[in-house]
Amino acid sequence: MKFQVKVTVSLKEGVLDPQGQTIGNALLDLGYESIMKVKTGKIFTLEIEAETEADAARMASEAASKLLANPVIEQFKAEVVR
Amino acid sequence: MKVGIVIFPGSNCDYDAYQAFKMVDGVDVEYLWHGSDHLRSPDVVVLPGGFSYGDYLRAGSIARFSPIMKKVIEFAESGGYVMGICNGFQILLESGLLPGALMRNSSLRFACREIILRVENADTAFTSGLKQRQLLRMPVAHSEGNYFADATTLSELESEGRVVFRYVDKEGVVTAESNPNGSINGIAGIINKRGNVLGMMPHPERAVEQILGSIDGGNIIKSLCVTKS
Repeated sequence: MKFQVKVTVSLKEGVLDPQGQTIGNALLDLGYESIMKVKTGKIFTLEIEAETEADAARMASEAASKLLANPVIEQFKAEVVR
Repeated sequence: MKVGIVIFPGSNCDYDAYQAFKMVDGVDVEYLWHGSDHLRSPDVVVLPGGFSYGDYLRAGSIARFSPIMKKVIEFAESGGYVMGICNGFQILLESGLLPGALMRNSSLRFACREIILRVENADTAFTSGLKQRQLLRMPVAHSEGNYFADATTLSELESEGRVVFRYVDKEGVVTAESNPNGSINGIAGIINKRGNVLGMMPHPERAVEQILGSIDGGNIIKSLCVTKS
């Protein structure tokens, strides 16, 4: 079966995110005073051929920990979309 | 002695590195192709600067899986000398030969200027011809040079003298202004535990002749060549 898995990679808590801060400041300039914080990240959509949903999720997590995310600074979440 | 310079698709300091090592007496230099699975028995391997694989995903993250890197990792693990400059440093971190990560510059700008480095450890193969706390001038040119490591790794690096170069001002003091990228503790270059793998963001190969503004980079390269021959 074919599954679509969404992998979201973001910076770990405590790792400085200057891009997020800059975007946050720009939003503040636009008048969005209630947007308190912006965190940046990346989304990867993987099409995976697998027997079960669990297999697809496992493969996506493995791929994410080997390549898509850098475990020193980033964390990730893999979700089977369909 | 023989130096191998690895060329990845997108490397652009390979020729500078070639010339810089070639200038040292008694040194043979050759290029090594990223797709190759042998190193042709060098004494030193250099991972040069550039934008390997277009810096896609993260700088160095794809290059780390190219065929020659398997051999470079084996070479390093068996005690061979490896020097990663700029993008080469990013590749060494991605491949796990050095700890930590290089993040986007805190300014969010490409930093291209001359900086001053302080030699923090003159007792390495890469700095043997330099003096402790000597100041060196050479250029940086990067977007992702903001070194980060978790607190445990950082205190290990600091206490074991593995921070080899730090960005300082002309008085030799670590300041925010003299740090081009927001790197933690002003770290510009580090070495592994065994002392055979060095990664640094600044470009020693671009400071090897007086006409280039400085010969300080050449003295790092010479140190390594003297150690090895």
